[in-house]
Amino acid sequence: MAKKILAVDDSPSIRQMVSFTLRSAGYEVVEAVDGNAGVAQAKTGQVDLVLTDQNMPGMDGLTMIRTLRGLPQYATTPILMLTTESSDAMKQQGRAVGATGWLVKPFDPQKLLEVVRKVIG
Amino acid sequence: MSIDMGQFILVFFDEAAEHLANMESLLLNINVAEPDAEDLNAIFRAAHSIKGGAATFGFADLTDVTHVLENLLDKIRKNEITLTAAMVDAFLQSGDVLQAMLAAHRGQGQPDELAMSDIKARLTQLLSSQDGATTAEPSELTIVIQPGEPFDETLLCRELDRFGVIDDFTPGDAHSPWLYRIKTTDNPEKILDSMSFMIEPNRVSITPSAECQSDFGLFLTPAEPDLSVDEGFGFFDDTPDVASPEAPAATAEEAGYGFFQPIVEAPVVAAVSLTPAAVTPISRPQNERATDKAAESSIRVSVEKVDQLLNLVGELVITQSMLAQNSLQLDPVLHEKLLSGVAQLERNTRELQESVMSIRMMPISFVFNRYPRLVRDLAGKLDKQVELRMIGENTELDKGFIEKLSDPLTHLVRNSLDHGIESPQVRLARNKPAQGTLTLKAFHQGGNIVIEVSDDGAGLSRERILNKAKERGLNVNDNMSDSEVWQLIFEAGFSTATEVTDVSGRGVGMDVVRKNIQAMGGRVEIQSMTGVGSTMSIRLPLTLAILDGMSISASGELYIIPLTFITESLQPKSAEIKSMAGRGNVINVRGEYLPLIALHEIFNLDPAINQFEAGLVIILEAEGQKIALFVDDLLGQHQVVVKNLETNYRRVNGVAGATIMGDGHVAFILDVAAIVNMAQHLASATPEKIAA
Repeated sequence: MAKKILAVDDSPSIRQMVSFTLRSAGYEVVEAVDGNAGVAQAKTGQVDLVLTDQNMPGMDGLTMIRTLRGLPQYATTPILMLTTESSDAMKQQGRAVGATGWLVKPFDPQKLLEVVRKVIG
Repeated sequence: MSIDMGQFILVFFDEAAEHLANMESLLLNINVAEPDAEDLNAIFRAAHSIKGGAATFGFADLTDVTHVLENLLDKIRKNEITLTAAMVDAFLQSGDVLQAMLAAHRGQGQPDELAMSDIKARLTQLLSSQDGATTAEPSELTIVIQPGEPFDETLLCRELDRFGVIDDFTPGDAHSPWLYRIKTTDNPEKILDSMSFMIEPNRVSITPSAECQSDFGLFLTPAEPDLSVDEGFGFFDDTPDVASPEAPAATAEEAGYGFFQPIVEAPVVAAVSLTPAAVTPISRPQNERATDKAAESSIRVSVEKVDQLLNLVGELVITQSMLAQNSLQLDPVLHEKLLSGVAQLERNTRELQESVMSIRMMPISFVFNRYPRLVRDLAGKLDKQVELRMIGENTELDKGFIEKLSDPLTHLVRNSLDHGIESPQVRLARNKPAQGTLTLKAFHQGGNIVIEVSDDGAGLSRERILNKAKERGLNVNDNMSDSEVWQLIFEAGFSTATEVTDVSGRGVGMDVVRKNIQAMGGRVEIQSMTGVGSTMSIRLPLTLAILDGMSISASGELYIIPLTFITESLQPKSAEIKSMAGRGNVINVRGEYLPLIALHEIFNLDPAINQFEAGLVIILEAEGQKIALFVDDLLGQHQVVVKNLETNYRRVNGVAGATIMGDGHVAFILDVAAIVNMAQHLASATPEKIAA
């Protein structure tokens, strides 16, 4: 049973790259274009890991993580923030709303896989 | 596993172009005195997204420029810096530079290093000139304490707490070092000094952390104290030993990630609580824009796929009309079911055709959107005050036209600004408002789309155009109608500008504009009133794939003439036809003599009708020239699916394409512009047969 990952990013190129990389490695991937869509997608079917961008129109990554953490089925699901903001304030905010970890853009596909494998095997 | 990034790079290019266009339109509409916070956010997000993508796909130059741009925008949106008009200009210029860089990466042109460093310097300068007032940014320091004697960690935490926020803490022991990361505005010496009463200073090294210390980390959230990952969790086990003091912070960087440890038993640092529940949510108004919604429910499909679909539908239309034609011969009583099926098929086919065509349709705003910038820049250059109004930007037309329209439209817009709209002084002297108005308008009219470029400027000068035409030896007289005079400006090399500016006036262009529009199966019309203004209208068919045509017969063959070129048809009388020695025939149509040419002559066919009175004459107009085409008969009006003759056979002079009629017959679609040229040529030269 392949592990299911939700990739949330408003940038089609990054989203496609992330999805393609993960699918090539045998994961099942569902995509969303912003926080609102991410929450909707997460409610549609349980995923094993959420990867989200921070800066998105509509609902940003932090708000989405907070919303997901408010759902009982996502209380402990690993959520990683993919973000170009490596600032600590950002990390602290992510940590505060319940993110599991962070990965700074730019990352290459290999790095992404390495991190995902660490988190969900 | 290696991933080929090529396919995503193309997506990134499109995406970046969209972001740039979006950024430009937001910047052009921004109120510098009171910028809308949501707009500033959107502009920042555009720069931010381009930077993220550029960095991911390895375009360092794009990353460089967007990085500075993003920094400045970030400070503006956080109200740390006040937006100025100079900044808006710089941002617009950045957009241009980024666009050129994107084009260079796409393989169109060379990267302009100078422009890049120039804009970077300009942005940096804006950033620093405004930055003086802001407080010093806290920097992050990495404190490494060599393995050895334990010390009171809580006490040290409290001590460090005075200097700033502790981000990271990794406890050490006799074999591994303690590691602290602290964000502070104080200098390392001061911190070292305060630690020295607890730990020997030679065990401590304090170095600035790299700007981006590590690019991955995990928080041990209270919700999940051990993240129970079967294997591989416990990142520091996998990393090289952190013992070497020389590379305190580098380890995490090399491995690419490091774990975020909770601050064990330390008093909670700063205002950040570690329990999600205790955090007051940052409530921000979520201004949902329509575009975000649209993005959710749209997909990108390559144009080739759509064209293939359109082609298949075209085939289906042909097959359907063949069935319809054949079913006419069936007994309606005997074959009632079959006939109602055929009728149903016709409805379905038509609807299918319409929806497939609508896929290729794009709003004309894709073309219009570039003009606010062009008008702003050009008006500034020419010292004119111009207001640009755009009407009907959501009018849709075929994607193929969108790309081809931009050059001709740009030309018309430039012309209006340069020759049409007067300088404020002249306007005031003429009792007009100092600010001129340039209007771009698009609307559907019948089966056409009409795009108008109008200005309330000086209008065209009949006198100047006629003088110029006489100078150039064109065949003109003072009795010509206004519209005939206006058509003269489409002559190659025709320019009435008294002085050549770098905007227009070199006399290239209007003829090219007309050529381009005609190549799209359209026409350009001019209306002008001296002192009041001019309107240039471009009239285009809705799509290139299907055209409205008149079917005619000549020598037993069937031909299609695109409806847009036909002005009228008439039954000729022999009295109206005159033969000019060596120059073919002319026909008198209400006092106007037009060259008369027979279609069978053009294609070297054996004439089926030898008497002009027995056939019909169709008056065609292309490129401002009228001719009379003699044909055997008019058969009817059809919508035909255009098939390219060149790809299926080869180019034939006088034939624009082919179509398949309902009965399965192939009919040629006439290239009216070419036929008009032939006729003109024939009328002015020796009577040579023009071979097909």
